[in-house]
Amino acid sequence: MDIFSFVNFFLLPGVVQGSIYALGAIGITLIYAIMRYGHFAHGDLATFGAFTALFVAGLLGLSPYAALPVAVVVAALLAIAIDWLFYAHLRRMPKIITTIASFGVALMLRSVVQIIWGVDTTSYTRGISRPENWFGIRVKPHELVTLLVVIGLVIALHLFLTRNKWGKAMRAMSDNPDLALLSGIDNNKVIAMTWVIAGGLCAASGFFLGLNTELRSLMGWNILLPTFAAAILGGVGRIEGAIVGGLVVGVTEELSVLVIPSEYKMLSSFAILLVVLLLRPTGLFRGKIL
Amino acid sequence: MDWLSFTIYPVYLMIFMCIYGCLAIGLNIQWGYAGLFNAGLAGFFAVGAYTSAILTTSEAAGRLGGFDLPFPFGLAGAMIVSGLIAWPVGKICLRFRSDYLAIVTIGVAEAIRLVAKTEDWLTNSARGITGVPRPLGDLPYAQAQLAYLAIVGLILIVVYLLIERQAHAPWGRMMRAIRDNERAAVAMGKNVPVRRLEAFMLGSALMGLAGGLYVHLARTITPDAIDPMLVTFLVWIMVILGGSGNNRGVLLGAVIVWIIWSASEIVTDQLPAEFALKAKYGRMFLIGLLLQIVLRFRPEGLLPEKLRRAPLSEGALSPTGHGARIQAPHKEI
Repeated sequence: MDIFSFVNFFLLPGVVQGSIYALGAIGITLIYAIMRYGHFAHGDLATFGAFTALFVAGLLGLSPYAALPVAVVVAALLAIAIDWLFYAHLRRMPKIITTIASFGVALMLRSVVQIIWGVDTTSYTRGISRPENWFGIRVKPHELVTLLVVIGLVIALHLFLTRNKWGKAMRAMSDNPDLALLSGIDNNKVIAMTWVIAGGLCAASGFFLGLNTELRSLMGWNILLPTFAAAILGGVGRIEGAIVGGLVVGVTEELSVLVIPSEYKMLSSFAILLVVLLLRPTGLFRGKIL
Repeated sequence: MDWLSFTIYPVYLMIFMCIYGCLAIGLNIQWGYAGLFNAGLAGFFAVGAYTSAILTTSEAAGRLGGFDLPFPFGLAGAMIVSGLIAWPVGKICLRFRSDYLAIVTIGVAEAIRLVAKTEDWLTNSARGITGVPRPLGDLPYAQAQLAYLAIVGLILIVVYLLIERQAHAPWGRMMRAIRDNERAAVAMGKNVPVRRLEAFMLGSALMGLAGGLYVHLARTITPDAIDPMLVTFLVWIMVILGGSGNNRGVLLGAVIVWIIWSASEIVTDQLPAEFALKAKYGRMFLIGLLLQIVLRFRPEGLLPEKLRRAPLSEGALSPTGHGARIQAPHKEI
């Protein structure tokens, strides 16, 4: 196998898939950092975002790319609503109770998608998109868009967290909630902000997953395991870790078919998760251990 | 038409109720007594079903089998294999907070489903295993169902009595002590990781038993016969609604949830076909909503765990006392 086919058939699809995982893992890790529980409805929220974009694009006759911002806003609002309805009153309880509630929310979100859009596979665009050749490296247009948008979102998030007052408040609350509260940071606003970011990124990850593969009602549930593996591999609470973790998981998944039967491709993220928990539970970037 | 035919549907319902009761007691040991979050119990259920099917069926070309063992050996095998699969999972995950266990058990269930789907030599992949024998299965249909209900009911009663006994023995008190105050239990010299692993394996073995009971009822098993999310979730809502930590409570939960689930199916089956399919998802939505309602208004469940309070000590008046707590581990930050 020469270098070009390695890049074209394994590395590039892995990086694209990995950047989709990274978007989800950033949300997971933010929720872990600020609210300190695992959010199991994340995958199904991504499914919802993906189908919202499909719906909006079909309704207004837009291209799916134009529908992405709408889906991001809808998912962000939905995330706040879910928190307000189902998680907010559990904050004084042991955190694991909220994890159970999020499991229920996952089931509810999935049922809503199945009721509205059915269980059949669909996609944003018909036909096969032809890859463009860049000096032997073949990139499909939607792969290029995926990578560019993900890079843009990550830079925007980084600027927000380091430059903006609310971003700094979020980091403060992640480091030490009591101290943050004492210095006058409004917990509820920070939590709402977290849901906006996590929900929005989640919809984007669902959208790009749908763009690069296809839309199914179980697509989000199926990326939950790799997304969590990415967040834990990077180190819980570390945004840069979630990005690196996502890329590692995505590339490993694509490369795994060289060694194991392709039926078990989905399990490579599970293997990564087990190895991380065994050898280095703080993850690559020394995150929190909960 | 004799009177037995009228009992067919209720008997069928009750057999499933007993199987779910067994699953619920298994989860209650893990969550109710030890505070362990198993989100992949459908996987352990499937392992039990496949193990019992492989052990009790006769020779079939192309897959492992031909052991032709009697029914009790199938069930015993189901329990042993499920318990053994729980061992490495527990070994790796029980050091951490329960969220990690939850995500890893989801992975385990997924792995088990993929193995069942792929490995021809073991599970006959998508075609599944057929011709699983059932004790007293040669009787006419209605009698056979009734006989099987008696067997399953008897097994459930035995499981319930044994687990109740265990829960009231020092082991049960120790498990609750570990769940509610891990540090104090360590200070008392309890070996927390080993005890947690015991609870995790015992609970998983009971889920395997339930799987075995299911496969001898259905007489066939395919990888897609079990909807993992649905089974897992129904059992969780049974445990939480009934009252985690109380075996009588979780059995009550199993009865209530299974009646709601089956009755709603009867209602939605009356709808025209194009709505009937969607109505299934509507029922799943309502089950998810039921969990949220229970967590909001009665987090301790219908029959809460009975906790003996210390007679008039500081602890009895503390805000973390009975009213504020829920049967769950207090081990987060």
